[in-house]
Amino acid sequence: MSAATTGPHADNSGQSLRSRLYWALADGLVLAKRNLVQIPRIPELLIFATIQPVMFVLLFRYVFGGAIDVGSQSYVNYLMAGIFAQTVAFGSMTTGIGLAEDLSRGLIDRFRSLPMARSAVLVGRTIADLVRNMFVVAVMLAVGLLVGFRPGGGATGWVAAIGLLLLLSFAFSWIAATIGLLVRNVEAVQPASFVWLFPLTFASSAFVPTSSMPGWLRAFAERQPITQVVDAVRGFLLDEPVGSAGWQALAWCVGILLVFVPLAVSLYRRMTAR
Amino acid sequence: MHGRRTILAEGLMKNYGKTRALNGLDLEAKEGTVLGLLGPNGAGKTTAVRILATLLKPDAGRAEVAGLDVVGQANLLRSRIGLTGQYAAVDEYLTGRENLEMFGRLYRLPKTRARRRADELLERFDLTDAASRLVKTYSGGMRRRLDLAASLVVSPPVLFLDEPTTGLDPRSRLAVWDLIGELVTSGMTLLLTTQYLEEADRISVIDSGRVIADGTSGELKARVGGERLEVTVVHEDDLHAAARTLRPYAHGEGDVFVDAARRHASVTVAGGQRPLAALVRDLDAAGVEVEDLGLRRPTLDDVFLALTGHATQPTEDELGSSPLDDRPEKEIA
Repeated sequence: MSAATTGPHADNSGQSLRSRLYWALADGLVLAKRNLVQIPRIPELLIFATIQPVMFVLLFRYVFGGAIDVGSQSYVNYLMAGIFAQTVAFGSMTTGIGLAEDLSRGLIDRFRSLPMARSAVLVGRTIADLVRNMFVVAVMLAVGLLVGFRPGGGATGWVAAIGLLLLLSFAFSWIAATIGLLVRNVEAVQPASFVWLFPLTFASSAFVPTSSMPGWLRAFAERQPITQVVDAVRGFLLDEPVGSAGWQALAWCVGILLVFVPLAVSLYRRMTAR
Repeated sequence: MHGRRTILAEGLMKNYGKTRALNGLDLEAKEGTVLGLLGPNGAGKTTAVRILATLLKPDAGRAEVAGLDVVGQANLLRSRIGLTGQYAAVDEYLTGRENLEMFGRLYRLPKTRARRRADELLERFDLTDAASRLVKTYSGGMRRRLDLAASLVVSPPVLFLDEPTTGLDPRSRLAVWDLIGELVTSGMTLLLTTQYLEEADRISVIDSGRVIADGTSGELKARVGGERLEVTVVHEDDLHAAARTLRPYAHGEGDVFVDAARRHASVTVAGGQRPLAALVRDLDAAGVEVEDLGLRRPTLDDVFLALTGHATQPTEDELGSSPLDDRPEKEIA
């Protein structure tokens, strides 16, 4: 009875920002572990997610590569930075699909009824996909070395390249999470993801130099995030000058995270509050 | 029934587009009691549970659970409730133990306590042998038990069960009721929607988003009328003699109902009577050979039918009828 007089108030405000961030991460890691232990239990998902970029390596190395002029260096050396970026970009689709799948199940109701951080479902999913993406990139590196990729960068270059790819993977996962929350239909998420992934990946410097494109396309290609990341990673791995691409790539990834993390979290919350 | 009030809903309204799911629903339950929600599919039972469990916001009205506002204090409330919905809310690609440990961690239990609690629950729900198997290999009943276990990770003071025993075999169902009974005895409040409402202390009958009646199971049944005295005879020829013998037992102007094909006669008697012994003597005196004879209580389905004029619409997943009450024949209900 005494409680009946307690008026409603927002109990979130009682928690400090630091404690909220701590729990978002702690709960997120619990769910990341859940998502990660599932990967070897559904091996077909990872196997096909790996085969697809391998096919792209072979396609561009042996079918298209010979016809693409990239100047003095070998095409396979040019190609691999593009493959890595494409792998993490396409790999981000898993986040959207996984989230849509979670939302279609009763499990999400249990998560909502628990005192966990609202953002944890998203944080857990994006962290797990980051780990998973890195595994696929490592496989791509091995495949690249097998087909003649000969990187020349030093340790610093490798650290910078890997760091940038991790960041791109994480940033794109949050875009994909937003798409997954908007679309929410497991079958529709993949085609919906291609709509933005395809132009970003192919109208970029990933597979061909942007100088070969018509002016209008080139204007787009040279200003979008994949090109910046690919140029920077390529420079780091081949020990060539990176120029402004490194900073621009960093700025893009941070910018995407600043927009899409709050956007995805608020979309998820709003669905919770239906 | 003198404990603190742990569930209170006042004038809850909820619309889904043009569909009115709740239309001023009021509910109340006290500590250590079981409140049952009875009503047909679409009456608003699940919507009510989802609002009380913080999954939905009401359009109007207010509700408190465990002394906390379900909207304004939702986050605090979530650590004090357990919920088992209609669909198993466990992860198929985790083992039973991994599921319970994960939920324990998400209830913010330290790692070792989460693990210990998972083991305890696996033991209580008879899942220890299957603890290390992926849930996708579980039978329906095992999944249901794991789901229930997951809602009890923190021994919540208030538990919501939406059709909890659907898909459980009789042995599991009794085990689950034993466990729930213990928890209620130790002070937990249980709100449940199920066909096995005989277990509830109080029942709120819901139709079209409102409570149309409430009371104990006995009180509600008394509103439908008394019990029925039923006789099945061995020889069809005896049926008229049996009907004549039954007539003086009828309550008020009630008629004797005769079903010749089943050699069956029955009559409504006044509540509280114990006429069986006398009837046996009378039938014997009339020379009627009796195959079966009994006093049948009305079921809650009959209550619902009498209150609303339509049935509770049994769904396809209601396997069989309640073991806890004997049903009278539908044609005389």
